[in-house]
Amino acid sequence: MICCGIDIGSVTAKGVLLEESKQIAGAIRFTGYNAGNAAETILQSLLEQAGLKQEQVDAIVATGYGRNSVNFADKALSEIICHAAGAHFAVPAARTVIDIGGQDSKIIRLKENGQVTDFVMNDKCAAGTGRFLEVMARALGTDLDGFGQLSLKSRTPAAISSTCTVFAESEVISLVAKGEKRENIIAGIHASIAARTVALANRVGVVPAVAMTGGVSRNIGVVRALEKHLNLPVIIPENAQLTGAVGAALLAQKGK
Amino acid sequence: MSKKDFKKSAAYMESVPKMKKIMRNYYLKAKYARYLGRKVAWITSGGPVEPLIAMGIIPVYPENHGAMIGVSRTGVKLCEVAEGMGYSTDLCSYARADIGCSAAGGGPIGGLPKPDMLICCNNICGTVLKWYEIQARKFRVPLFIFDTPFVHTEFTKEAKTYVDRQVEDYIRFLETVMKKKFPRDKMNVVGKRSVEAMRLWQQVLDTATAKPAPLTAFDAFFHLALIVTLRGTRTVLRYYRFLLDELNRRVENGIGMVKTEQYRFLWDNLPIWHRMRWLSRTFAARNAALVADTYTSAWCGTVDHIDENDFLGSMGEAYTRIYLNIGVDKMAEKVLNMIDKYEVDGLVMHSNRSCKPYSFGQYDIRRIVQEKRGLPVLILESDMVDARKFSEAQAETRIDAFMEMVGQK
Repeated sequence: MICCGIDIGSVTAKGVLLEESKQIAGAIRFTGYNAGNAAETILQSLLEQAGLKQEQVDAIVATGYGRNSVNFADKALSEIICHAAGAHFAVPAARTVIDIGGQDSKIIRLKENGQVTDFVMNDKCAAGTGRFLEVMARALGTDLDGFGQLSLKSRTPAAISSTCTVFAESEVISLVAKGEKRENIIAGIHASIAARTVALANRVGVVPAVAMTGGVSRNIGVVRALEKHLNLPVIIPENAQLTGAVGAALLAQKGK
Repeated sequence: MSKKDFKKSAAYMESVPKMKKIMRNYYLKAKYARYLGRKVAWITSGGPVEPLIAMGIIPVYPENHGAMIGVSRTGVKLCEVAEGMGYSTDLCSYARADIGCSAAGGGPIGGLPKPDMLICCNNICGTVLKWYEIQARKFRVPLFIFDTPFVHTEFTKEAKTYVDRQVEDYIRFLETVMKKKFPRDKMNVVGKRSVEAMRLWQQVLDTATAKPAPLTAFDAFFHLALIVTLRGTRTVLRYYRFLLDELNRRVENGIGMVKTEQYRFLWDNLPIWHRMRWLSRTFAARNAALVADTYTSAWCGTVDHIDENDFLGSMGEAYTRIYLNIGVDKMAEKVLNMIDKYEVDGLVMHSNRSCKPYSFGQYDIRRIVQEKRGLPVLILESDMVDARKFSEAQAETRIDAFMEMVGQK
């Protein structure tokens, strides 16, 4: 059976095709202003990769913020349940999943069978999310790719408030003006994200093993900062950014 | 849906237009009080209103007005007026809307009638103290503060003496402002009516123990207005008897407010007034009914502490013991009782930016509910009036995830 999961996030749209439990295609692109179009493009790219026609796909589940704009999906499910399914599939030992995406950070608690027992999401504020990192990268005149590695060089991370993206940005600008080293500022930014995420996670309780999904898991600096704040190792599944889409595809299989 | 079709639908209740008429008349009377030779008192939602009714004073509630502002979605504009005056966005949105409306007018009824006196009871929060002081300065009218000590674990003898003395101070205050003697006989009648109204209101809410529930919390939020504003009057008794009859008939005929009721939830905190319709539809579309809530039951929750034959002598304690003035453990106990009584499948908590006393402790209550009943809990971040604090997409994702969790069970 071939199933498709489409995850339309606030920043990027992701999709995978699964044949049973094997991933046969995966795609990522920017969501842009038209979630429906993004989903369509993702689907075409998946089909092309796998050399399949849409009729050959048995079931499609959409998730993410744009889940209801995916007209060709059989079902729309929340990203909580999809990330849980995807994380459980990739890291069966995971009991806590930290997902940090473009505008959301969420912590999901799982049972042994992968069922969601509890979750918590950030409130209406971008601090501690991917958007926060993007704003900071802009303030520092750099791109996100080097962010993680650069921060690992820091010995004395700068102190950055975790309350608000806009306030933190002006803090960063004043640190730049003071001549603070870039790696220290970046390390400070990562520590602030970690502190905020762990505070959120404590609301539902953190039980090991901890897995991390979502685009921000690509940033090794944030991952290390999280491990330090949690005092626990954090497992990053392969292609962590696709976890939600994989989960959607798995749930599509289950629904059939 | 046409008006005719709506009247035939399960959502239609004869009580609703009746209630609207009562509220319209009440506000008209309050607005034209001075031409009727009546005095107007502004009073906090948890304040002791009965002595005002006995004195023939028209009580007006900035908080009820705040709810109307929220429902009519004029809250953001009025909050912005207050923010322009220098008030912080972190201040309660009822306070901001009221202060904004007093300064610039506006809102769904063109503002409240000017007060002749202010009655502030801090059993609901500390914000009301400063809020009412500000309004007392603005309108240059006398202010009475009824100070209720917080009930952490028990209501002490000292606390009882303290609040009982204030009841007498309150009476003297009213006598001074009104320049007439307080009618104790009338007070007895009003006190008995108030107790009866509270009992009726509890019965109204209890009809939701039926499956399917004949009303949801969203309906209770609407029908609540009378027990808040006019308890102690005959109007309230007549109305709630009528409503109770209608609800009982619905129960007998198996008519539920959510036709497809499959899941039953308990709501915590004030309503999100500016998203009532959206929320009720969103839950109903997922076969879920919010059958009960901790908010509307606050106006009858302490009725057992009132001696109807000695209202003045017992009201101090009753007003002190209300839901927002007790410790988190006691609140959790009440929540657990409601969970059992209404047989709900989960708890939906509105973490309300405005109402700190209500929202503080929610994570503890949530943990207690999860531990003792093993029920899923959803937390929605918003604000009762300030729509800027709400994001539909975020709320919908949380509701979807919550429903999926409930469905897993």
